[in-house]
Amino acid sequence: MKVAIVDYNAGNIYSVIHALHRVGIMPIVTDKAEEILSADRVLFPGQGEASSTMASLKSKGLDKLIPSLKQPVLGICIGQQLMCAHSEEEDTDCLGIFPNLKVQRFVPQSREDKIPHIGWNTIEQLSSPLFAGLREEDYVYYIHSYYVPVCEQTIATTQYAGVAFSAALRKDNFFATQFHPEKSGDVGERLLQNFIDLQL
Amino acid sequence: MLAKRIIPCLDVKNGETVKGTNFVDLRSAGDPVELAKAYNRAGADELVFLDITASHEARKTFTEIVSRVAASVSIPFTVGGGINALADVDRLLNAGADKVSINSSALRNPALIDEITKHFGSQVCTVAIDAQQMADGTWQCYLNGGRIPTERTLFEWAKEAQERGAGEILFTSMNHDGVKTGFANDALAQLHDLLSIPVIASGGAGTMKHFAETFQLGKADAALAASVFHFGEIAIPDLKQYLCNEGIHVRQLSNNIL
Repeated sequence: MKVAIVDYNAGNIYSVIHALHRVGIMPIVTDKAEEILSADRVLFPGQGEASSTMASLKSKGLDKLIPSLKQPVLGICIGQQLMCAHSEEEDTDCLGIFPNLKVQRFVPQSREDKIPHIGWNTIEQLSSPLFAGLREEDYVYYIHSYYVPVCEQTIATTQYAGVAFSAALRKDNFFATQFHPEKSGDVGERLLQNFIDLQL
Repeated sequence: MLAKRIIPCLDVKNGETVKGTNFVDLRSAGDPVELAKAYNRAGADELVFLDITASHEARKTFTEIVSRVAASVSIPFTVGGGINALADVDRLLNAGADKVSINSSALRNPALIDEITKHFGSQVCTVAIDAQQMADGTWQCYLNGGRIPTERTLFEWAKEAQERGAGEILFTSMNHDGVKTGFANDALAQLHDLLSIPVIASGGAGTMKHFAETFQLGKADAALAASVFHFGEIAIPDLKQYLCNEGIHVRQLSNNIL
């Protein structure tokens, strides 16, 4: 199976590569359209800030390519946010794969709500083959300050700072997680395995 | 609900962990990679690796270790020690570290925090602060692993670090470090109330109760310790169970993936 990781200068993709190795996949890391188009699975990970990562996608022409993909695609963290319509972060227009969705910044409701949301939190209301074998309230690792509200495309939720937000999204062949499966222990590895095994 | 984090810290010198270990089933107790794997299996939530060597050669060795750890563990880890410039951060993140921890270099050049967070995001930048409480009650910040006092004090420096973009503060109380009588919970609680970013408590862990106290009284978001874990005095699964019984939310390993 050919698995491509989209290369667009957005932070630490090494942990994604290593996590795929642990589930028996040797991914390629590429920004070339023909390599991405011909892959069986595409991962769109990343960390960083919305406007600069969008600018990087545009400079490589990937802002047109990614929404056109037909194979299963998994966005991770900033990847999920960039797949939405807009982000509050630097007032950035994003890819619009998840139309109308607006990425928002957490607003602390008390001194307990530290931003960034860092650490292990539980996923709930799991409703996708992406979570096969996982359970309600399994822990996954988060590190982010912006989130996607719960919406029609939400396939899992997590609660933080007084809101339930989209832990994961799906529309057609596009999947995304706000958390980092590559850093979420056995739970995350199972999710990556599920993504590889998806039958659309 | 967000879990309180338990973070073992490993000091690495010339490619070996410095403090002795009492882990069962380890081929080499001094091998940071083997130790990282063992902590990963035991349910540690994150790991911190501090490079306590200085030479250029040793730095290369450390980078190789970071790379091997990244390949071997499925939990996040932070690296610190000898990070003076963006190029150091780039090198360590490229080797697979998730976050970097800066300490003396940030005190000497606070703008380094702005530079790192601008290039890599706040989430990668932990600012570590070693501070000692003086007779008058003030907390004085120290450089070089607690060897050189500075003019800066804990609370104003932590606040400035946050304003410059730090994603987390790792506070080590030099009064409590190594004494095993509990964390500096008063100062930690003050930091909690002062800051809007997470605080990691460090220095003073001796018993499981100390961890419960630093979460309940110190309001810490995470607790870091070294020797109690390395010497096997506290096993992480036991600690997590204890904290759970105390009503503290922690991540317990689910061996129940279907």
